[in-house]
Amino acid sequence: MIIEGRVHKYGDNVDTDVIIPARYLNTTDPARLAAHCMEDIDASFVSSVKPGDIIVGGMNFGCGSSREHAPLAIKGSGVSFVLAKSFARIFFRNAINIGLAILECPEAVDGIRDGDTVEIDVDTGVITNKTTAERFTAQPFPPFLQKIIAAGGLMASIAAGKGARG
Amino acid sequence: MGMTITQKIIARHAGLASVKAGQFVECALDLVLGNDITAPIAIEEFEKCGAGRVFDPAKVALVPDHFTPNKDIAAATQCARMRRFARSHDIVNYFEVGQMGIEHALLPEMGLVVSGDAVIGADSHTCTYGALGAFSTGVGSTDMAAGMATGRCWFKVPAAFNFRLTGRPGPYVGGKDVILHIIGLIGVDGALYRSMEFSGEGVGALTMDDRFTIANMAIEAGAKNGIFPVDEQTLAYVREHSDRSPVTEAADSDAEYEKTFSIDLTQIPLTVAYPHLPSNTRPVAEARDVPIDQVVIGSCTNGRFSDLRAAADVLRGRRVAKGVRAIIIPATQRIYLKAMKEGLLETFVEAGCAVSTPTCGPCLGGHMGILAAGERAVATTNRNFVGRMGHVESEVYLAGPAVAAASAVAGRIASPDEL
Repeated sequence: MIIEGRVHKYGDNVDTDVIIPARYLNTTDPARLAAHCMEDIDASFVSSVKPGDIIVGGMNFGCGSSREHAPLAIKGSGVSFVLAKSFARIFFRNAINIGLAILECPEAVDGIRDGDTVEIDVDTGVITNKTTAERFTAQPFPPFLQKIIAAGGLMASIAAGKGARG
Repeated sequence: MGMTITQKIIARHAGLASVKAGQFVECALDLVLGNDITAPIAIEEFEKCGAGRVFDPAKVALVPDHFTPNKDIAAATQCARMRRFARSHDIVNYFEVGQMGIEHALLPEMGLVVSGDAVIGADSHTCTYGALGAFSTGVGSTDMAAGMATGRCWFKVPAAFNFRLTGRPGPYVGGKDVILHIIGLIGVDGALYRSMEFSGEGVGALTMDDRFTIANMAIEAGAKNGIFPVDEQTLAYVREHSDRSPVTEAADSDAEYEKTFSIDLTQIPLTVAYPHLPSNTRPVAEARDVPIDQVVIGSCTNGRFSDLRAAADVLRGRRVAKGVRAIIIPATQRIYLKAMKEGLLETFVEAGCAVSTPTCGPCLGGHMGILAAGERAVATTNRNFVGRMGHVESEVYLAGPAVAAASAVAGRIASPDEL
């Protein structure tokens, strides 16, 4: 799968409280969550984000709470991909589990600016900054995780496993 | 190569003789936890996949503690959803308002977690139970749904850091100062994906409540879990609270630790974390002239009885400074009752504090103490991110209960010695 989008770039330690503040956690509806995505770090995000856009973050993206509302809000806002230098571990699991595409690639993050247009080949991990024509390659996920991703998330992979056994 | 404490617990729950860092395994779970914010999504996922019944109604715990007592209609609706699910699945460990406490204080108190367990919870502070020598870690709602359906969870076996503790904490210094000091040392992603394992003779100088506070904030250093070795104190705690038998796992002598940090507890000062990261720490002695509007003493980090006692010892015979709102939140009903019987609540009310029923409330900016623009709080909670306790232009300073109480009296960040 090839993804292309415009980049919204943020720094290190983007926490789940700024991705979706707790005051909005009294709903589980992705569209209502998306209406407040990134609100406390970037008030213009909701009005400027377009379907297919890409979020680029630094170290420890998604740190803090376990709230799955954070990747749900990002996905609900139409963002197609999150690229970071590293992810906080619960956000990492949640993104894989709900089928939000992510990759870790510190070099690419350093080579991408806010507003750049970036193309990502999700299968090979090749990341192309179309604005600068620079190219980077992320480490692909281990086979264990690729199986969950290919199944369309954790629950789908469990259902598939049951089918195979049953 | 030997195994760490965490690796041994994971291996046993995966049915393997040994595991090593980086390996993917699937573990049987002793407990799956969710709260009123995370469980509704898990329930949706659980029902969508047609799982039928939960794997074991005695091994799922549902605790409505975040936006409860219901703060608004939307929160009430989420709680109602969880309550219906609990009833229809005969969930043994569902705790209604009135019996409810903050989940990570409640579950050990109810004896639902013992040494050697493997536990997941759809709440990042699930790592708290590492104090008991259990492997416990926070996950998201979908992992919780899968856990409820199958009783299993996948893990990447973590590498580990060893924190070798020596000495004894000084006056007023507690678990909060120790963990803030460590997070200040290694950073908010300093232990990313790893176990933080504590060892050394200094462990014996820490109370169980200190250990709960320290393990609770392992996530604030990015860790998968924080875990303590099991000693006499742990076993006494488990005996007092649970009918279940603990399993004691000790690290092998040749266990692999990526790094070992030597921490002399004697040298740790009363510590405060400035906005907007828990790693932004300073000794309280350097934090003069920071006027405050609110103090919160409570949360899964520091709402236990010894925390309340530490606060009451500072507040007894004193008054909260004019213009400061001090909010005290016992973490569970049992703690609330004990604080009442021992006169702590009276001390708080006489000092001019508000005392609340158990709730996570203000810690995550939910309710019961939200900050306005420009306001500043000293809180015994666990996060001081932008907007965490309210307005995006408010500030949270993290500290232990003695410092929080002293700050309430002084009207600025202060140590108890200054009063």
